[in-house]
Amino acid sequence: MRRFAAFWWDFVVGDDWRVAVGIVAAFGLTALLAATSVPAWWLMPLAVATILWVSLRRAAR
Amino acid sequence: MLSAFLASAVEMVEALTIVLAMGVTRGWRPALTGTGAALLALAAIVSALGPALTVVPIHTLRLVVGALLLVFGLQWLRKAILRASGWRALRDENAVFARESEEARAAAHTEHAGLDWYAFTISFKGVLLEGLEVAFIVLTFGSTQGSIPLAAAGAAAAAVLVVFAGVVVRGPLSRVPENTLAFAVGVMLTTFGIFWGAEGAGVDWPGGDASLPGVLVFVVVCAFGFVTALRRRRLAFA
Repeated sequence: MRRFAAFWWDFVVGDDWRVAVGIVAAFGLTALLAATSVPAWWLMPLAVATILWVSLRRAAR
Repeated sequence: MLSAFLASAVEMVEALTIVLAMGVTRGWRPALTGTGAALLALAAIVSALGPALTVVPIHTLRLVVGALLLVFGLQWLRKAILRASGWRALRDENAVFARESEEARAAAHTEHAGLDWYAFTISFKGVLLEGLEVAFIVLTFGSTQGSIPLAAAGAAAAAVLVVFAGVVVRGPLSRVPENTLAFAVGVMLTTFGIFWGAEGAGVDWPGGDASLPGVLVFVVVCAFGFVTALRRRRLAFA
């Protein structure tokens, strides 16, 4: 059971769990902003670039 | 279809190395039986989940699919950028083949149902695990674009091409530019993940679908920029 859970964790989350958490948070913020009158299209690209760069910087140490 | 094709090509090259190692060292019958069983399992997963996805409302589907594609896409892109910038070693199919072969020679011989169980299970696991991500990509791309069979055909075409190349070369496909393909797949999955996921979250893209190439360019520029920055960082550390 533990190995099964570990497989799915590794399959979906991968090497850096912060990336998955960041993506979920970014979608949440985007949904909140999209519900207002402020344009929200710019948020996801910016968030993804930031999340990726932070994860890469952590790996490149 | 292109994304499914490229992703399948990368994963199948890796699976082929495992199956070849089992076939050469332990015999082709259990290796090919394991491969066939894994392909059947993957086909069953796509067939079972495909129709289920078509009943999900499109906005929910795009949000879930977008999030999944982003999670997978960033995993591929992150790994490809680290390899391209020298922070992680490039995958060496010849080295993997040698290691798998060595382990296969050392493993005990036990038979179940007339098959060498080690070769069967390693081949089955190798093809199933490498193929599972392709199955998800086929399902997510196919369901969002309304044609799972087309995406599945792209993945199947890549699998046939890789197997054919493996038969011709009679060895691991070490010359396939795996990291370049992985980079391209990562860029595409990330682009579609951003686009569909944001739409699912309620975003109206300026110009609608016409803004998709803009997102693609943004992701490509960021990815190449990160490779350059990490190369400089590596030189500074050296």
